[in-house]
Amino acid sequence: MGALEAVILTIITASTPLLLAAIGELVTERSGVLNLGVEGMMIMGAVCGFAAAYTTHSALLGVGAGLLAGVGMSLLFAFLTQTLMTSQVATGLSLTLLGLGLSGMIGEGFTGLPGIKLEALNIPFLSDIPFIGPVIFGHDILVYGSLFIVAGVAYVLFRTRLGLIITAVGGNHHSAHALGYNVLRVRYGCIAFGGACSGLAGAYLSLAYTPQWIENMSSGRGWIALALVVFSTWLPKRLLVGAYLFGTVWIMGLYVQALGVDIPSQLLSSLPYLVTIVALIIISGNKTLTKVNTPACIGQPFAPER
Amino acid sequence: MILVLEKRSRRSQAMVWLSPVLALGITVVIGGFIFASLGLDPFKALYIYFIDPMTSLWSIEELIVKAAPLVMIGVGLAICYTANVWNIGAEGQLTMGALFGSAIPIYFTDWQSPLVLVLMLVLGAIGGALFAAIPALLKNRFGANEILTSLMLVYVAQLILDWVIRGPWKDPKGFNFPQSVSFEGWQLLPLLGEGRVHLGAVLALIAAVLLWVMMGRSLRGFEIRVIGNSPRAGAFAGFAQKKVVLFCFMLSGALAGLAGICEVAGPSGQLQPVISPGYGFTAIIVAFLGRLNPIGVIFAGILLAISYLGGEAAQVELGISDKMAQVFQGMLLFLILACETLIHYRIKLAPGRGAVKEA
Amino acid sequence: MNETGANETSKYLLEARNITKVFGELRANDDVTLSLKPGEIHALLGENGAGKSTLVKIIYGSLRATSGHLFWRGRAVTVPNPAAARELGIGMVFQHFSLFDALTVTQNISLALPSDVDIGALSGRIETVSNDYGLPLRPDALVADLSVGERQRIEIVRCLLQEPRLLIMDEPTAVLTPQEADQLFVTLARLASEGCGVLYISHRLEEVRRICHDATILRHGKLAARVDPQQETAASLAALMVGTEVAAVRTDKGTAPGAPLLELSGLSLATDDQFGVSLKNINLAVRAGEIVAVAGVAGNGQGEFFDALSGELTSSNNATVKIAGVGCGREGITQRRRRDAAFVPEERLGHGAVPNFPLSENVVLTHHSVEATRLETGDGMAGSAVVRNGMIDRDAARYVNRVVTELFDVRKGTPDPEAQSLSGGNLQKFVVGREMALQPRVLVVNQPTWGVDAGAAALIRQALIDLARGGSAVLVISQDLDEIFEVADRIAVISRGEMSQAYPSEELSLERIGLLMAGAHEAVARNAGEAGAA
Repeated sequence: MGALEAVILTIITASTPLLLAAIGELVTERSGVLNLGVEGMMIMGAVCGFAAAYTTHSALLGVGAGLLAGVGMSLLFAFLTQTLMTSQVATGLSLTLLGLGLSGMIGEGFTGLPGIKLEALNIPFLSDIPFIGPVIFGHDILVYGSLFIVAGVAYVLFRTRLGLIITAVGGNHHSAHALGYNVLRVRYGCIAFGGACSGLAGAYLSLAYTPQWIENMSSGRGWIALALVVFSTWLPKRLLVGAYLFGTVWIMGLYVQALGVDIPSQLLSSLPYLVTIVALIIISGNKTLTKVNTPACIGQPFAPER
Repeated sequence: MILVLEKRSRRSQAMVWLSPVLALGITVVIGGFIFASLGLDPFKALYIYFIDPMTSLWSIEELIVKAAPLVMIGVGLAICYTANVWNIGAEGQLTMGALFGSAIPIYFTDWQSPLVLVLMLVLGAIGGALFAAIPALLKNRFGANEILTSLMLVYVAQLILDWVIRGPWKDPKGFNFPQSVSFEGWQLLPLLGEGRVHLGAVLALIAAVLLWVMMGRSLRGFEIRVIGNSPRAGAFAGFAQKKVVLFCFMLSGALAGLAGICEVAGPSGQLQPVISPGYGFTAIIVAFLGRLNPIGVIFAGILLAISYLGGEAAQVELGISDKMAQVFQGMLLFLILACETLIHYRIKLAPGRGAVKEA
Repeated sequence: MNETGANETSKYLLEARNITKVFGELRANDDVTLSLKPGEIHALLGENGAGKSTLVKIIYGSLRATSGHLFWRGRAVTVPNPAAARELGIGMVFQHFSLFDALTVTQNISLALPSDVDIGALSGRIETVSNDYGLPLRPDALVADLSVGERQRIEIVRCLLQEPRLLIMDEPTAVLTPQEADQLFVTLARLASEGCGVLYISHRLEEVRRICHDATILRHGKLAARVDPQQETAASLAALMVGTEVAAVRTDKGTAPGAPLLELSGLSLATDDQFGVSLKNINLAVRAGEIVAVAGVAGNGQGEFFDALSGELTSSNNATVKIAGVGCGREGITQRRRRDAAFVPEERLGHGAVPNFPLSENVVLTHHSVEATRLETGDGMAGSAVVRNGMIDRDAARYVNRVVTELFDVRKGTPDPEAQSLSGGNLQKFVVGREMALQPRVLVVNQPTWGVDAGAAALIRQALIDLARGGSAVLVISQDLDEIFEVADRIAVISRGEMSQAYPSEELSLERIGLLMAGAHEAVARNAGEAGAA
């Protein structure tokens, strides 16, 4: 395997969890809900995915378990913020804290065990082509799945009535309600979709990225995914570019070190976080970019009259 | 039948105080079920968790040692959240405070004077405040989301700590362990009594009381409450939101930094790769459980310290994971938020969508 | 009661019988009955809070009645949601438009149509219908870029596309110039002639008399009267709405005005908000002893203008705003208050008052940096400063609250309730009274009686006049032309951030104000010049 090939493969691996978590959160935020619990849903997806795969010896069942874990966590969030109208910021934070704690407890028995790796789809002939084979046709189902989801979200948001309704609910929930749309139902759905994607992102970490369970293995990726959504200005195609840029930054440290450059490893490790801050500054400073697509109702509770 | 919330005509005063108690009660009940599902006697487990830590002098002292940083950070965060300013990077500010304050004993190893301790504490607060000023300034200048930036800086601070104690600040006689020199004499906080309780507990209490007075009586506290409730009305009152953002961040950062240097100059006595067991994050729960009231935060800090100790005790005596403490904490915050709804709403059952009701 | 059978044909298009709606402790509708024939424009009248909006929301399916029955063309129906209402043929134009800023006109309209409508063909239909009814619209325009009048057109066209049999309009002319309103009346008359029923909510009694065939009047949630508006006078309709005669405001024109206390010269202010309005070169002076009113359609820069006067937005040039002859354009609101200026913003909750703070704390909001309260209390007690040495004196704040609420007749259940628990009228009286307690030499009020009941409105207008007659300069920004003519000595008009000169109120007709509102400054100024020369 050539060096370039290896670099591209690791970039894809590092970017996929960010992309998955971020595209889910993008849909949630489009409907006017800010879920800061991505990190918590992701880590639960990771631990449940690993545990299910380990006990059933099926990586695919692990993926399913990760998805369900994410959905379960997100529904908890939805019940509090939508039905009980709690603060979305505080509830999202608590979802993250709960997820980190719960995953640590569930995962305690699984620490250090050999994982079940989610194997690459072996496409006859195509996967065997030199360079192009591994780079384009040599990935697991979640890598393709993430791209498929991004394309699907873009299609639904901009080409279908459902997308129009989601945007409408996020843009002005009072108007949407007055026209007879069920704001809470739309938001429950979008929150659950976000949870599913975060769960998949977590499962990817513990089944493909590093096929084992390590406590706190999401290491801030959920938060970076949140920043990515801001960075994308709520547009799926920009999110795709952003996720791959951040994935590149994430693994760059490894390669710089491998090249023997004398930089403290901690500085390289802190790059993703620093780059996130810089990206937030650049994008937030640009009012025209952010304002147009920002869902106007984001973070606001909605109580229908009865 | 579906669940319907009916807005109360005015908020329920009883529920203001009952809701955290209710949340705690439900947490305990759920905890009991979890213990039972693990095959343990739930009553014994809950006893070890929540009562045992308060039955011996040793554990009460340990409780105070753990509660002090939680209260100190928690009151600062309570002020932030009152102002609708979301500092969730207290863990990073704590780390930075510890680093700044430790500079004195590390660079002036042999300097012994009461001034050393004062300087360490002041530098600790300054370190935390400056580090907290970063997300505040980024928010004010660029509108960058302070939740994300303050959280990102936690990772950065921890990596800086990791770098210095493996590099320039490593104890030359420390057999290459990642730790600084051990602090001595005036480089350590004086102990109160025989045990491990140190000056930090007193500082935490003073901070809580001062902030309580500030929030309840002063114009500055009023300004913070107005901005948090209604920024537009705040502007109408002539209060500058950006100043409040910076003030709250730096105040809470200073307190977190102070808590950091108190940990280093107190229980640990040197810089180590891990300074706190997540006090900066647990303090978020403390702030909410205390209903963002500085006096409430004192009680909440003690309660959360109990859960830390109870977690350790349960691990020793029952062999269950010390992660259980974190689960309890997360669950508690969730339930606090859920029960808070009862302050403003009555919960009712209403007929489902299909039915048409006639009088 | 005799129930109308399903097979019996009815002369009524819609009947709402014995509708009752209870919100918690409030009976918003109490045994209300309303009926309306095809081709009829039916007025629904009542004060703010009389239950008009609740009733139409029930008819449109946004709310569910606690009890009562709806009949549609003689048939008993339930309307569980707006989609069901639209299916019956009921369309509604909302008072606060139900539009989405981030979407195009076509997208907005498609959201209200059945899901099987072909979006591709929709643009064409929108153009046809909108031109047909004289309501031109660009289908691909973003709603955020449109004026208030254009937004209303979207709502109307959206209803027309569904070929409604009943059109509900909630206060449609509140946001229109007189000319735009005339155009709307033409559209409504045409719809009625085509057999469509119109349920028309308004509190502008003259226009109700002009266009409506029948009227139902609500008072405190109950049916107060059913009258033929063409047989009534505006005064008799008002009396039916309010129940008692409202004391007329004494509008004695005072002595000749004194020196200018508030002067604006060349005030310009760019906005960085894409939905905001920039102020362009505004010149205006308000003299001691007079009330100057600024008329204009909503969204023409009134909010920005108020903020520029209050100091919430500052100017780079100190001389653009002068209070009592001293330049203070660069000063913030606190410094301007120290110059004896006071301000009442449009939004009571969330701008003029913190919703979940008690009234005494809302006193502190604007009194914290002035020396002492100067209100004449009558009991000889001097007010003391509510903040000393950075600490709040709660007793002083409670004292101000007690005096203000007594003098301005603020009705409340407890001595110091939360601001949000007060009704709109009572809260507005509190906010105005709180500023009056400062005995300002300059008072700027934005929409002084917006959404306020008639009794409170009369009291507030009287207070404004009394303050001016006492030697202060009062500037009133308002969309309510009746109010403006009631209180103003001179009137200026704001349009797209530009201000006309101020004309003595007796020299301005409704038509000329309308032209000014539409932005025809030069034309009107020329006409005025010609009139002056003639």
